[in-house]
Amino acid sequence: MSDLPFDPPRKSHAKVAGKMLCLAFAMFGFGYLMVPLYDIICDITGLNGKTGRVSVAEANATQTELVAEDREIIVEFVASINQGGSWIFKPMEKTMTVTPGKMYQASYYAENLSSSPVVAQATPSVSPFAAAKYFNKTECFCFTRQAFEPNGSKDMPLTFIIDPDLPINVDRVTLSYTFFRSPDQS
Amino acid sequence: MSSNDVTHHAADDHNHDHGDDHGHHGPAPGLMRWVTTTNHKDIGTLYLWFSLVMFFIGGAMALVIRAELFQPGIQIVDPMFFNSMTTMHAIVMIFGVVMPAFVGLANWMIPMMIGAPDMALPRLNNWSFWIMPFAFTIMLSTLFMDSGGPAGGWTLYPPLVLQMGDSFAFVIFAIHFLGISSVMGSINIVATIFNMRAPGMTFMKMPMFVWTWLITAYLLIATIPVFAGAVTMLLTDRYFGTSFFSAAGGGDPVMFQHIFWFFGHPEVYILILPAFGIVSSIIPTFARKELFGYDSMVYATASIAFLSFIVWAHHMFTTGMPLAGELFFMFSTMLISVPTGVKVFNWVATMWRGAMTFETPMLFAIGFVIMFTVGGLSGLMLAITPADIQYHDTYFVVAHFHYVLVPGAIYSLMAATYYWLPKWTGNMYDEKLGKMHFWISTIFVNVLFFPMHFVGLAGMPRRIPDYSLQFADWNMIATIGAFGFGFSQLMFVYIIVKCVRGGEKATAEVWEGARGLEWTVASPAPYHTFETAPTIEPSTVTR
Repeated sequence: MSDLPFDPPRKSHAKVAGKMLCLAFAMFGFGYLMVPLYDIICDITGLNGKTGRVSVAEANATQTELVAEDREIIVEFVASINQGGSWIFKPMEKTMTVTPGKMYQASYYAENLSSSPVVAQATPSVSPFAAAKYFNKTECFCFTRQAFEPNGSKDMPLTFIIDPDLPINVDRVTLSYTFFRSPDQS
Repeated sequence: MSSNDVTHHAADDHNHDHGDDHGHHGPAPGLMRWVTTTNHKDIGTLYLWFSLVMFFIGGAMALVIRAELFQPGIQIVDPMFFNSMTTMHAIVMIFGVVMPAFVGLANWMIPMMIGAPDMALPRLNNWSFWIMPFAFTIMLSTLFMDSGGPAGGWTLYPPLVLQMGDSFAFVIFAIHFLGISSVMGSINIVATIFNMRAPGMTFMKMPMFVWTWLITAYLLIATIPVFAGAVTMLLTDRYFGTSFFSAAGGGDPVMFQHIFWFFGHPEVYILILPAFGIVSSIIPTFARKELFGYDSMVYATASIAFLSFIVWAHHMFTTGMPLAGELFFMFSTMLISVPTGVKVFNWVATMWRGAMTFETPMLFAIGFVIMFTVGGLSGLMLAITPADIQYHDTYFVVAHFHYVLVPGAIYSLMAATYYWLPKWTGNMYDEKLGKMHFWISTIFVNVLFFPMHFVGLAGMPRRIPDYSLQFADWNMIATIGAFGFGFSQLMFVYIIVKCVRGGEKATAEVWEGARGLEWTVASPAPYHTFETAPTIEPSTVTR
């Protein structure tokens, strides 16, 4: 054994290095795959306060199917502005008392205080997180971007229904909107 | 698997035209030797000198931080510069010191430990190193730009990091370069270990340092690209209108933390697994006993590597995770203490009833075992979710990770340097100075980091240039420790330079109890070693 020459087959280096390089590229892709995975996991579990979105038909089905008449839930509305944009942004009602399974409408008021047209986007969050996936909206100003004239204002409606399956220990749900200036404008 | 390898090598013809064209001559003369070299020992030396230089740059940054924190109030630097010091100190120490130093040791030692003539891909090896000085030139140049260096923390959390000045793009590109360097270096190490082992050097005969590096290389290849992806997303968010982390465009800044820590947690094991390998080499030598529980060491290392992929969110307990998530990440994190405990007990069992002597490498190795365990225990405290919500972003966290990284990873690097320096230079280092270096460092490192536990538990936040008066005394003590520790590292440089220049000649074996192939070649190790595969005998393997 002792005098064996050392000459590793060169081909196998390329093979091992190639495999490792593939692993590196695959993991680079996996980093990007985490983006859709993150959204899917948040949607399924309602983590991160991402609220559900249902069609009107689905909502009507729930409404006729089961209304938890004996439960009262207090819904609180919160508004905040990202990075101090020149806005007025506030809920029209601060709280509402609702019955799960029934559809309700609420609205937010926004006013552009700057003298140029602005496009804005609101993002919702529900607290406690456990309630997020039971908080369904059929219509919301957060579904689309909102355009504002210079010094323009508007009332922005949202229609929601709380699923009667909402965990029994939840009697107060906070819906918070953050108002962002849309990023893709100069 | 291993027996196949043996027959494979045996079947090959004698042929010397492998590897680089330099063949069997000595090093090329002049400065170009270092630029064009493909020799694993030259490249290892380049990596080690590079990380030593970066150690002092990163250390100087730490001293700026500690000088500012000597007293409450803002005295020396403005808060923005303070923040870029904390950020840069971390980036330099992680990517410029600990990682390159381990890669340098891997370059020097792995071929000699497995009986290979060189690394598998020598030209790639040259590239892996020479990317680094350029990447760090770009990185450090941001400090001199109008907008200042990165100041949002090394974790680069958006949206803060996206508000950085124009140096942002330079930081991202430097990180990309560093990542490419690490991945290429790791691919080389995996290819070397898989293909270049001498006949008879089976996987379960490999020294622990080789094992830990094989697993580390896998971690690097699997996680650095994820980090590259995350910083690329930051780059496109900033300059190309994407909204990965911008809530306004439908993204989520918390998602960055998930992607970052999916890389970031394995990264902390990248910084410590090779240290485990070094300590597993040194303790048996000076205890004059075989490493206790070699197999369990291998399996423990692999378990730690696996678990490192499923614990990332323990860095994010305060982001508002659901209870199930908090419990999962708490228990999986605590589970890591089982394989780590196996390693610590194995080191202690190796020393048990050994004929121990306490030369400098052994002192640093024992210091590692004790003080790394201190850092490990505070890590366990941080794993407890309800407690972590109190400890999060306080100096307790700073104390924890500095205990595992300074008297942990850095001590292992110093131990390795003293252990193999006679093999690299052919001269013995000054043992008296080495011991002095150890004791002075150990006293000051504890003066520096131990008080951070107290101020952290009392609620002092990290990454802030000012603090409340009640933290003043311990901060003053920590700063004294920092300057003591920092300046005592000049001894380290002096000892190395003195040893390179001359000294008592070292024998081939160097240490009485040393086993392993690297001790069968002359000291200093010839420019080319094991051009003919060595014979693997029980006396030449570490087990």
